[in-house]
Amino acid sequence: MMCAVCKCRVTQELSATGPVFVVLLSGLPHKNKAALRQSENPSAKLLKCTSRKEFFFPTSDAPLADYSCTAFVIRSPPAADRNEMAVLKVTFTKTKRDKLAQVLWILNWVSVVTGMILLSLGLFLKVEIQQRRELMSDREVHSVPNMLIAVGLIACGINFLGGKICYDCVDTAKFLRWKLLMLPYIICTFFFTFLLLVGALMCYCMRNELEESLFVGLRDAMRYYKDTDTPGRCFLKRTVDMLQIQFQCCGNDGFQDWFYVQWIGNRYLDMSSAEVTDRLRSNVEGKYLMDSVPFSCCNPSSPRPCIQQQVTNNPAHFNYDYQEEELNLWMRGCRQALLEYYTHIMQSIGLTVLIIWLFELSVLTGVRYLQTAMENVLRQGDPDSESDGWLLENSFAETARYNFNIIKNLGKCYQVDDDPNIDVPSTAQHESDKVPPKQIPVPS
Amino acid sequence: MALLKIKFTFQSRVRLAQGLWLLSWLAVIAATLTFSMGVFLKAELHKRSEVMDNTEIHAVPNTLIVVGLASLGINFFAGRICQDALDTTRFPRWKSFLQPYFILSLFFTLLMLVAVIMSYAMKGNLEESLKIGLKNGIRFYKDTDIPGRCFQKETIDRLQMDFRCCGNNNYKDWFEVQWISNRFLDFTSKEVKDRIKSNVDGRYLIDGVPFSCCNPESPRPCIQHQLTNNSAHYNYEYQTEELNLFNRGCREALVSYYMGIMNSIGAGVLSVFILQMSVLVSVRYLQTATEALVGQENTEIETEGYLLEKEVKETIKEKMDTILKFLPINQVDAAAGQGSAEVGEKPATPAS
Repeated sequence: MMCAVCKCRVTQELSATGPVFVVLLSGLPHKNKAALRQSENPSAKLLKCTSRKEFFFPTSDAPLADYSCTAFVIRSPPAADRNEMAVLKVTFTKTKRDKLAQVLWILNWVSVVTGMILLSLGLFLKVEIQQRRELMSDREVHSVPNMLIAVGLIACGINFLGGKICYDCVDTAKFLRWKLLMLPYIICTFFFTFLLLVGALMCYCMRNELEESLFVGLRDAMRYYKDTDTPGRCFLKRTVDMLQIQFQCCGNDGFQDWFYVQWIGNRYLDMSSAEVTDRLRSNVEGKYLMDSVPFSCCNPSSPRPCIQQQVTNNPAHFNYDYQEEELNLWMRGCRQALLEYYTHIMQSIGLTVLIIWLFELSVLTGVRYLQTAMENVLRQGDPDSESDGWLLENSFAETARYNFNIIKNLGKCYQVDDDPNIDVPSTAQHESDKVPPKQIPVPS
Repeated sequence: MALLKIKFTFQSRVRLAQGLWLLSWLAVIAATLTFSMGVFLKAELHKRSEVMDNTEIHAVPNTLIVVGLASLGINFFAGRICQDALDTTRFPRWKSFLQPYFILSLFFTLLMLVAVIMSYAMKGNLEESLKIGLKNGIRFYKDTDIPGRCFQKETIDRLQMDFRCCGNNNYKDWFEVQWISNRFLDFTSKEVKDRIKSNVDGRYLIDGVPFSCCNPESPRPCIQHQLTNNSAHYNYEYQTEELNLFNRGCREALVSYYMGIMNSIGAGVLSVFILQMSVLVSVRYLQTATEALVGQENTEIETEGYLLEKEVKETIKEKMDTILKFLPINQVDAAAGQGSAEVGEKPATPAS
């Protein structure tokens, strides 16, 4: 290896603490990224390549950006986990990087469209629930569409930013703008995908909440069916009638539910008639109960004109047996009908959200590879060279440990620590006494 | 004396061709819209075909479908023609094609106008058809056990619920038919026997309506039996009760629904017609302006474009002559003319 500026040759040398690699920052592949990272810290120790035969350490006022040929001494890590530390490493040539950036740009825009789809699905669900809010008791049913709307908006924003970033990644100069932002962006997107997954799971879990809400809501709606003169409830009759006609259902669980509520208003009952007073007296609460159902329970497919009065009274109608009559009234309960309807919608939405989640995850993986590849290219200095991309620099355990250390040391100021990767002698003299490095052969 | 002559410079010819290309693509989209509107109307008419007596009204959507498809072809060729018009080497191959093209295009464009007029004019036809169809539907409402009519009840019930209507003209139509089948009548009961005896045809007539006439907006549970008997229900007066049943007759409801669709379609097709005519006029001008260039060396000179080469009357006379020449009448005249010529010659020869 030869330094391009001072033409001094640097070699591997052995010392008491293990092999020492001298690494050039321009042109040659680095062997230990951890050490490189430390070199970007202005207080790290750097060596300048000189013609002297000995190494010594520069003063701290040498600016970082000034060197074009700088070497620094590092301790090599144990050979075992040197190359295999990165998770899922892939090598990228320049054309591959460009193509990856272009593909990711297109995929990000597709993701913006999927974000808008999510938004519209959330809005659709919200409208559907809002339409039948009179039949649902006030519960947490609105959380699912609200979450879908929020997630859709965030997805649009994140992927729009991602598209811009990927568009700029083709040009290394423009990439520098985004360099610092990219890692936080990737972390945010990763947490956002978790949110997507939560959204999908919520869609599937909403069923129980909805069932409770519908049970209470329908029961109350049937109870207030007759109150067409009470403000706030005057359209409940119309709502229930239209519901039963549209969803082809009757009552809460079945048509017998109508036998237990008074669904004819007192204004239309002749209180002087004997029949009415008999019925009112026949039950504790004084309600006018009959074995009849409203007209909206009638099934048009019945071959017979609808029998809605005295439904359980067989002799009241010619040739009629209510246990065998299946087509006369709707057999299904409205709670079950509405539940099936909403479950069907939410299952489709949940499936769509899962697919979008997988898509976002793949786009995120691509962006991570692109980020690491671009950063490596920048470190090597040559924009046309090959570089490696990976998901994680070290193994999972290492990365977790490293991040824990960062969090632990967050409060402390930077100190000279015992990181074995930095060669920190107490004085230059001591260094030359303790570890006599081999001479750097200087071409004469 | 050409009809509506316009001078075209080279620039204006180029611009005409470009404008025509754009216009022809717009017209293609418009033709697709016409086609789809025809299909939609046909589907809607077919949905309720059971309450219509005849299918004459289907002529409107059929015409629209045919015109839409033909317009697609016309405008496609118009686009191709204007692409070739600026190139004098490629333009002559269209020469023999253009005359029949114009005649066909004019025919189909006028057919579009006919479709629009039909959609407004066939209202009476539709009304009649619905009147008879609904009358039969109501009459056969009870025949759910007779094959061929078993679904009349369901059809009429769903129709009344969907269109919020009752009966043919109004709900009283139900009083005049027996809509409860004999299978469900207890003939041993006195009430049934009285009712059947009370009219000439022996029908069980009641002042009641089927449940599908009930209006969900009514504040009161639906009263469908003994409608005209005020004392049968508490606090009820049928003359002032408006919300109990649907007030509209189904014929009126269906007619207004279909006329609404056909009016909007008619307005749309009228604008498509204007677009199509402008495309045809532009093609004609482009054709005549470019034809004047054929044989010329300099393609950038000014030429004249016109709609018809001669005046309208002269053109018609010419066309009629060409057509008449092909008819046998003229051949007989020619033979007779030949004979008279020979006769004319004979007296001449002896003289010479």
